[in-house]
Formats: sequence, C-alpha cells, structure tokens
Amino acid sequence: MSIVNVKAVSRRFDVSRPWLNRVIERRPKAILTAVSDVTFEIGAGETYGLVGESGSGKSTIGRMLVGLLRPSEGVVEIEGVDLNGPDDDEIARVRTDIGMIFQDPFASLNPRWRVGEIIVEPVVALGGETAGLAARLLVQVGLSAADARKYPHEFSGGQRQRIGIARALASEPKVIVCDEPTSALDVSVQAQVLNLMRDLAEEHGLTYLFISHDLTVVRHMATRIGVLYLGRLVEEATPEDLFNGPRHPYTQMLLAAAPTLDAFGEVADVPEGEIPDPISPPPGCVFHPRCPIAQDICRATRPLWRDLGRRKVACHLAE
Amino acid sequence: MSDPVLSIRNLSVEIPTRRGILRPVDQVSYDIAGGEIVGVVGESGAGKSMAGNAVIGLLDPPARIAGGEIWLQGVRIDPLEGEEMRRLRGRSIGMIFQDPLTSLNPLLRIGDQLVETILTHLDLGREAAEARAVELLDEVGIPAAAERIGAYPHEFSGGMRQRVVIALALCAEPAMLIADEPTTALDVSVQAGIIALIKRLCRERGMGVMLITHDMGVIASAADRVAVMYAGRLVEIGPVADVVGDPRHPYTDGLMGSAPAASLGQARMRQIEGAMPRLGAMPDGCAFHPRCARAQDRCRTGETPRIGAGMNRAACWYPLEGGA
Repeated sequence: MSIVNVKAVSRRFDVSRPWLNRVIERRPKAILTAVSDVTFEIGAGETYGLVGESGSGKSTIGRMLVGLLRPSEGVVEIEGVDLNGPDDDEIARVRTDIGMIFQDPFASLNPRWRVGEIIVEPVVALGGETAGLAARLLVQVGLSAADARKYPHEFSGGQRQRIGIARALASEPKVIVCDEPTSALDVSVQAQVLNLMRDLAEEHGLTYLFISHDLTVVRHMATRIGVLYLGRLVEEATPEDLFNGPRHPYTQMLLAAAPTLDAFGEVADVPEGEIPDPISPPPGCVFHPRCPIAQDICRATRPLWRDLGRRKVACHLAE
Repeated sequence: MSDPVLSIRNLSVEIPTRRGILRPVDQVSYDIAGGEIVGVVGESGAGKSMAGNAVIGLLDPPARIAGGEIWLQGVRIDPLEGEEMRRLRGRSIGMIFQDPLTSLNPLLRIGDQLVETILTHLDLGREAAEARAVELLDEVGIPAAAERIGAYPHEFSGGMRQRVVIALALCAEPAMLIADEPTTALDVSVQAGIIALIKRLCRERGMGVMLITHDMGVIASAADRVAVMYAGRLVEIGPVADVVGDPRHPYTDGLMGSAPAASLGQARMRQIEGAMPRLGAMPDGCAFHPRCARAQDRCRTGETPRIGAGMNRAACWYPLEGGA
C-alpha cells in the first residue's frame, strides 16, 4: 500500500504585476503553472527520487507534500488522509508523520537557538515528551550528546545537515521530504550524509521523497525516479531502467548532457535550446520545441501519463 | 609542450589574524600552457579560488601574497600594484565568476558594458568597438547578437548571461582565462554548453585556462590536466585521465571514490571519514594524515610532502601504486 498519494496535482502562482501597473501598462494577469497534473505514489519504505532542472517544480511538489503549500487542483494524501480535506484532527495526526530536510544547512537552523532546542522543537510544538531526546538523536546522526548545548555556528556544513536530519527525525515521522539535502555539501561530506540517510531509512523504516537536480545522487539513493520537466512528470522508472534505457527524449537529453567521470575530453552532447517560459508554456507537449523527434501531434496535444512496460512515460512517440 | 602562459612558483597566500597567521595557499606551483585547460579541484576551503584570486590580484585584504612568484608570458606579475595590475587584469587575464548575475551591472545594457571594456583595453574607436562587441556575442553563441546588444542582463537566462560574462572576459583577447566555478549555478543541460564553449575558445585562441571547480564531472570532460588541492596545498597534479582514473594520492583516491557514480550498484557510498582541517589548526606533517588510512609516523611528524623534487605526481610519502 502506498503511504504517499499525489493525485493529478497542479499548483499555479499569480506572478502578475500590481493591478495599477497592469491597468496602465495594459498587461494581462500572469499565471505561472509550477506543477501541472502530476500523479505519483510512494510505497512504504521506498525512496522516490524527483529530478529536474531549476523551475521544473520539484521543490513545489515537496512543499505541497509537507503541507506548506496547498495544491490549486488535485489531492495530496498521506496514509489515505487528504492533507487539505475537511477532517482537521486526522490532518493533525498525519502531519506528525511527515518530516522535512532542507537544502541550506545555514539558513535552516536558527542561529540563536541551541542545537538541542532546535532538534526537539517539532516535538515541543506537539506537546510531546522531550527528555533525553536531543542527546539520543545527536548520537544517531553521528554527533555527540554534548553538542546539544552548542550553537549552529560551531558546526561545519556537513555537521549542520546532520542536525537538520536529527530534527526531521524528532517527531518519529514515517515520511521525510528531502529537498536537495546534499547540494550545499562537498562530495566527501555528501557521501557521509547520504550513507547516514540510508542507514536511518533502514533502521526506522523511513520513506523518502528525495528531491535533487543531481542525477548521480538520485540514482544512488532512489528505488524509483520521476523526471520532471516544466512542472510535468515526463518519465518514471527504476534507476536501472531509467539510466540503461531512458525512453522520453528529455530524459535522454538530460542523461547525455550530464558530465561523467570516464568521458575524458569528450564534450557531452549539448542540448538544443533552453527551458521555455513557464508563464506561457508551448502548447501540446511542453518539450516539443527542443525535441528531436517531435511531430504534429506533439505540437497539438498534451501526451497522457501512460504505462510503458514497467515504467511510465508522458510522450506520444516513446515505445 | 610550448612555453607556459602562466607559471606559478611556490605561491603562498597569508591572512594575518589575531590568533596568528593563516595560510590558505601554501607553496603551490604549477604551469598552464597556451591552449591548455588546467582544472583545479578541491573542496570548499582548499584554497583553489584563493590561488586564482592571487594570480589576478584580487585578494581581499588582509589576505596577501606572502611568498613565491607568478609569471605571465615571461613577465613577473606578483609585485605589480595599482594601475599596472588593473591594466593587466582584463587585458591579459580574463576572469569568469560563479554567479553571472552579480558579474554584470544590472543597470547597463550589455552592449554598453562590452563597449566600455573594449574601449578601456583596446585602441579602438566607438564604432569599431560596437562592431567588436557584436562579434564577441556572436562568438560565444548568443543568437541574434546584433539585436540583443541593447538588452539588459535581466532579459537573459542564466546560461546566456554566463555567455555574456565570457564575452566580457574575452574583450581584450587575454592570454589567460580564469574560470572560477563557471557552471556551478547552472543546470546540467546549460552547463554542457558552457563547457563546450570554454573548450572551443581555449583551443581556437590558444588561451591558457584555469578552471576552478569542485565538480569532478566537469573536470573530467573539460580539463587536460588536473591539480588537486587540499588544505591549501597541491596534493596531486597530472593528466586528467591519470588523476581521475588512476589516482596516486590517498586524498584524490577518496575524492574520486566519494562521487556517487563511483559507488554504482553498491548499497553504501565510499566516504572519507572526518573533515578537512581548519586553517588555524593545521596538523604537522601531511595535512591529510588524520583522515588517511595509509598514514605512518613520517606523515604525522615529518616534513610536509610537496610536489617538486622527487615527487612529480602526488605529494605523498606512501602514494598508491599505479595500475590499480
């Protein structure tokens, strides 16, 4: 049974100029569709990787999953409970089952709070028992119990990210949304943090939504990967299937463009064009202006999110 | 190989503080030839940007060059100051920074920024400078350059802005280009285009390029040679295929092993335990010994191993055997 269920979710933002400017400059309202009709589910114990370039909507999806944003359309369910439904008690209950790890280990920790206070805050907010909790969590993430009395500035970036992980674990969540958890870290520290996250997942039976722009990191961590382009899921598959045989032309382009360690002196295939403006996306399939195999149907009709063997793909022509 | 365009000899940078003198760059030496891309890698705080800034004379005081020599095309440039340094910068050395938005003036049209730079460094009239600006934009791959010349920086995407910054750096046809994390702020698909551009310009113009980055993938696809820095010291240098594929210094080996791609199909990634020492608490001997599995007494207390006499490839008393 899936623990996270994202059903046909869209999210729009109004990015118009103030109304007086609009009247004077005769501009229409500008609506940015950050996420458009996205559907996926995450089974208990899975690590679902969301990859995409900047502006693909991956962070917006993460924020909707923890309830920081409401979807404009569609439903986000955690353990079968609609996060924006009518039953407030049920929502409050499942919300404690969701934790979040943020990208920036400097901005996400209050510099005036001691580490111990930061870590137990989610439990304090729920009125829970916190005796010995900070010390136990610090040890679990590879720091020492005495660190609870220190302030965030006394720690390096990697150690701060460990503190962020300890905080995410405090309320004993089942699902943790990780938004670019290692992007701000150096590679050797990144390896330490990823190993820790994997160990914790096994120990606590955690389910991760792992958001990243780094294909190699997602490939290492995820059990299933969804590829986003301009707010739409274009392909979903296991890491093996995705990397050995990407079916969507965008996934193919993305994999070809990623630099690898063994391609000495070879310049990766340079993709055509750039990501279009999300305020006025192209009609039909949003990837068609850059797609090498686009045909008339791609310019006219948005492709359905369909099953293709063991994977899912949104492309008229993929087979 | 031809004579080096840039030659760094025993370069040290110091920052005096109340708690003593810190050395973010410690006796580093390497050469860069014309038409060659040397990748400088290392983690944050390894001193790679500081070394680049020392070359172009952009160290923020109180940081200062404390020793060593920097030679550009046979001229020693580290003692230059003020006006002389300013003339050299931009004329002979171009620089690209990580964030293309902060490198451009948001209030000026990109054409004006280019023309101003060209007029400062080259003996050209206004019209010739404008024609040159269009040529440069065209060369760095900006479509419809003649029309975009009147646009402001915010009208360009991140990748296009970085191309404009590269055009700015090329205005005076420099012999040397320093690119400090030029693709870090960009998406993968845009990154590939910028790397291809830097490579093409390097080859076509016979320019030396110092490519500073923490991204091994970028280094592997772009660089001819790689210099690996750790705690301010140069720990390994060599042709890219050798350093990436067959590292000799245990730190390089750990760094390459930490890349997620290297642990493919394994449950856990290889990691280097611990963290890089702080500049104020540099260990004796080899700076890497507290994290090194191969460390012995000589590494802990002996002389600091340095690339130079007898150590051409890795600054290590007990380097890894080749061919592994």
